[in-house]
Amino acid sequence: MVGVPAALHIALVWIPALLTVVLSFAEWDNLAPLTDIRAVGWRNYWFIFTVFEGDLFAALFNNFVLIFWLGICSAVGMLFAYLLDKNIRGARFYQSVYYFPVVLSLAVVGFIWKSTMFSRDRGLLNTLWPGEPIDFVGDGTKIFSFNLPFLDPALGLSKNFAALLVAMAWRHIGYIMVMYLAGLKAVDPALREAAAIDGCNEWQAFRKVVFPSLKPITVIVVVITAIEALRAYDIIAALNEPRGTDVMGTLVTKSLLGEGGGRVGFGSAYGVIMLLLCLGFIIWYVINHYRETAP
Amino acid sequence: MTNKPSRLQSLRDSNLSRRNFVIGSGAAAVGGAALLAACGDDDDEAAPVTTTTAAPVTTTTAAAATGVGTTTLGSNYSDEKPRDALAAAVAATGVDTRINTIDHNTYQENFNTYIQQPDDVVAWFAGYRMRAFASKGVVGDISDVWDNLPGMSAGFRSAASGLDGNQYFVPLYFYPWAVHYRKSLFDDNGYDIPTTWDDFKALCDTMTADGITPLCAANDGRWPQMGMFDMLNMRINGYDFHVSLMGGRENWEDPRVLNVFNTWNEILPYYQPDANGRTWQDAANALGDKSAGMYLLGTFITSNFDGETQADIIDDIDFFLFPEVDPAHGQDAIEAPIDGFMMAADPANEPAAKALLTGLGSVDAIDAYISIDPSVVAANSNADTSGYNALQKKSAEAVSSARFISQFLDRDTDPDFASNVAGVGIADFLATPGNIGTILADIEAKKQTYTFE
Repeated sequence: MVGVPAALHIALVWIPALLTVVLSFAEWDNLAPLTDIRAVGWRNYWFIFTVFEGDLFAALFNNFVLIFWLGICSAVGMLFAYLLDKNIRGARFYQSVYYFPVVLSLAVVGFIWKSTMFSRDRGLLNTLWPGEPIDFVGDGTKIFSFNLPFLDPALGLSKNFAALLVAMAWRHIGYIMVMYLAGLKAVDPALREAAAIDGCNEWQAFRKVVFPSLKPITVIVVVITAIEALRAYDIIAALNEPRGTDVMGTLVTKSLLGEGGGRVGFGSAYGVIMLLLCLGFIIWYVINHYRETAP
Repeated sequence: MTNKPSRLQSLRDSNLSRRNFVIGSGAAAVGGAALLAACGDDDDEAAPVTTTTAAPVTTTTAAAATGVGTTTLGSNYSDEKPRDALAAAVAATGVDTRINTIDHNTYQENFNTYIQQPDDVVAWFAGYRMRAFASKGVVGDISDVWDNLPGMSAGFRSAASGLDGNQYFVPLYFYPWAVHYRKSLFDDNGYDIPTTWDDFKALCDTMTADGITPLCAANDGRWPQMGMFDMLNMRINGYDFHVSLMGGRENWEDPRVLNVFNTWNEILPYYQPDANGRTWQDAANALGDKSAGMYLLGTFITSNFDGETQADIIDDIDFFLFPEVDPAHGQDAIEAPIDGFMMAADPANEPAAKALLTGLGSVDAIDAYISIDPSVVAANSNADTSGYNALQKKSAEAVSSARFISQFLDRDTDPDFASNVAGVGIADFLATPGNIGTILADIEAKKQTYTFE
């Protein structure tokens, strides 16, 4: 029964993934026949780590910021879910408000924020802002930065990426909230009652009773958050990849797509670096999963 | 992301209807399926529009007269007006041709795959990308076609030539880049058209004093300011140096390149602030409401304004050539992306393909084209210009009198280098002009990792 889907999965996912690894050691313009693909060994990686290292590490740093930031958003999402689960007045209304952005794809979220919120000349934020207009989209100056000994341009969080984080939070919080809402409904009310009878205050009950029983959801949320942060692409692409906002996803597509295909080997090498990062989280999840379900 | 390859056609998409979008998606699906050689039947709805079944233009009598048989034309003129216009142009050639129309984004992004098994004649752009295909031998030498193309200027001939000096391309139309302004603003304030760099800067100072931002500035997508680099480089260092730099044969740390950026720095104070975050449309709006005075952009700027409610603005827009910086080069070069056609390296019917190309380069074809789609300017200088609007007329004059025609930075060099290295460097320069030394060193280091034609 599972043989056919597995075969399809291997053919459509794993073989292309392996081919990407192979192509990352080659130079090919996607034009000449397949026989003209030239093996170049580690050259693409060498170029990435010695010539394009400014792009690479800036993108990795942005991905790292995203993991951190989406982690915070997940915690906020959990808080919202906990509050809404208490059947406060207007819970359904709040739930709809927070959930609304989730049904939009991030590409759409990007367009909405770019044209109606962030635009320097016409955006809502700049219309309301009393001072000099702020360039939310194009201003790549760093809010904070630090120097690495082996890297020339300083790493840091650029202003426009910080603005993007707000737009992403708008969506991610609702997404996580819904997952925790479903989880909270499944928490046995008897457990809470028992905790209350034992004299726990609300924080203690949450920390010692409710949160541990949400662990299966939390594992999934951590994986989803990490993968979302690592594969982030659409919202940045929707904003036309302003300077300072590159992530690994945009570096891959910049070299692979576009008129004529560009540099296949180079884009594949970026893709492999991204794959290795994602694999770490996937392996952690799988180990965790089997440990739980092991007899 | 993809409005670079064919800006003009993307612009036509700006009023993309839902139906067009569905067709476009269908075309992408069909293209993908074709690549996998496993085409299903579920794309039926889109198939008639996007696959090889586009209406054959049968002009049997004329074809019989020339006796060359039938040929095929691969086209990215996928929007309604250009598609009809191209069909009319092909009909005017009298060659029996089957037009194979593909959604233009799909066409351009998959061109490398397509050109290996192309139609006999294929639509493409002049410039580096055409030359790169020519030197790899995937498109055919059509120098003999050029013996029969009266009305094509020397500038078009060089734009159609490969590195070996032979011709591989037949131009159809173009749209120039120049400094746009509103005539009424200049009349009301008594501004004169600047022809030299000093006049230009003096005019900027006057405008600033009058409370007008002198220069519209957009760079969202990192292509609009490539036009400013191209113009300054050609005005300061000349067309030959520009081509050489684009071809990867010059050092970006050369003092001549640094000079371009230093000269550019002189006018940055006149720019609208925060160019990197502004779309070209938002900048055009500033020209439209007269809060800004001048705008270096392609003539497609008029498409930003509504033809009915803003007709007064469209009629009020005029342009002048980018001013002279170095008298040695004067105003001898102009940037004018050219769209046209190439021939497959090994066409099924070479005489018919060449007859079609000759026909497409002729006055009859472009006249038929422009009668349906008047947003472009004919490459052939003998074309009928009586129906042109003022801007079209001026465009035609400007380009036919230019000694050199450049295509645009992303068409004149490796497209990956243009968008991922040069375009990024220009955006960095606009944000931090003081770092230009570091920026140029970075561009040069990255350039070394590219193999140019």
